Amino acid sequence: MYKIAVLGDRDSIYGFASLGLDVCPAEDLTEAAGKLKRLAEEDYAVIYVTEAVFEGLASEISRYESQQIPAVIPIPGVSGNTGIGMLNVKKTVEQAVGSDIIFNSENERSR
Amino acid sequence: MAATHVNPTRMELTRLKKKLVTAMRGHRLLKDKRDELMRQYLDLVRLNRSLREKVEEGIRSANQNFVLARAGMPDEEVNVALMAPKQEVSLEVSQRNVMSVEVPVFQYQTRTSDPNDIYSYGFAFTSGDLDDAVKSLADLLPDMLKLAEVEKSCRLMAAEIEKTRRRVNALEHIMIPDLQENIKYITMKLDENERSTQIRLMKVKDMMLEEAHHYKEKAEEAFAG
Repeated sequence: MYKIAVLGDRDSIYGFASLGLDVCPAEDLTEAAGKLKRLAEEDYAVIYVTEAVFEGLASEISRYESQQIPAVIPIPGVSGNTGIGMLNVKKTVEQAVGSDIIFNSENERSR
Repeated sequence: MAATHVNPTRMELTRLKKKLVTAMRGHRLLKDKRDELMRQYLDLVRLNRSLREKVEEGIRSANQNFVLARAGMPDEEVNVALMAPKQEVSLEVSQRNVMSVEVPVFQYQTRTSDPNDIYSYGFAFTSGDLDDAVKSLADLLPDMLKLAEVEKSCRLMAAEIEKTRRRVNALEHIMIPDLQENIKYITMKLDENERSTQIRLMKVKDMMLEEAHHYKEKAEEAFAG
C-alpha cells in the first residue's frame, strides 16, 4: 500500500493535510532535498512538490525520472504559477517527438 | 563505408546475409513499435496537458480560498484545525503495459468513506472560508492523482520513444547499409576469385594444348621426313 506526499514551503501545502496526504514542509532547498530523498526511499508512490522546489532540485528529481515510482509531480505554490509544470510536459514532447508539436501548433492557431 | 575488414569467404557471406535478414526484420518491428508508441503518447500528452491546466487552475483557486480563510481567522487556529487530519488516502499501484513500457496505474482509497471526513475540525471556531478551501482541494484530488499517473506515463513513454527512435535510426542508417555494403564486397570478391580461377584454367589448358600440338607437329615432321 503506497502513500502520497506533498513537499514544499509550508504556506503552499498545509491545506493538503486535511485530505489525508502527508505534508512535508521544508524551509529551504537543502532541507527539501533531504526530505525528498527520504520520501522516495519510503513507500510513497506520488510526491507532489511545489514549483520552486521542483526547479531548485531538478537534478535530484531527474534521478527518479526513469523509475516507475515515485512520480514526482510539480504543482503551483501559493506564490502563483510559474509555468514550469507545463514547460516540463513540453520537454517530454520534445524528447519523444524531436520537436514540440503539441504546444507549437496551439500557438500558431491562436496567432 | 566498410571500415572493418571482412573475410571474403562464403561462410562470412552466409553469416552476413542472415544478419541482414534479422536486422531488416528488427527494423520493421521497431518502426511499428515506435509508430504505435507515438500514437498512444500523443493522445496521452494531450490528456496530460488538459489535466495540468485543470489542476493548476484548481490549485490556484484553492490557494485563494486558503488565503481568504487565513485572513478570517488567526494563524494558530488554522494550524490547530488542520493539525490532526481525519482522512487518510492510500494508493494501490498496479501496472499497465503499453507497448512494452510499464506505466503505473494509481487507484486511491480513502480510509473512511464519509466525504465529510476531510473537515478535521469542529465548525464552531473556524470560518466558513476554511471549509470552502478544504472542499475545493478535496474536489481536486482525483484529478491530481490522474495527473500524476498520466504525467509519469508520459515521461516513461517519452524516454522509451527516444530509445526506440535511436535504435530504428541506427538500424536504418548504419547497420543495414553497412551489412549491404559488406555483402556486396564479398560477392564481388568471390566473383573476382572465380573469374581469375577460370582464366587460370583456360591458360593452363592452352599451354597444355600447345605442348600437345608441338609433339604432334614434331611427329608429323618426323613422319614426312
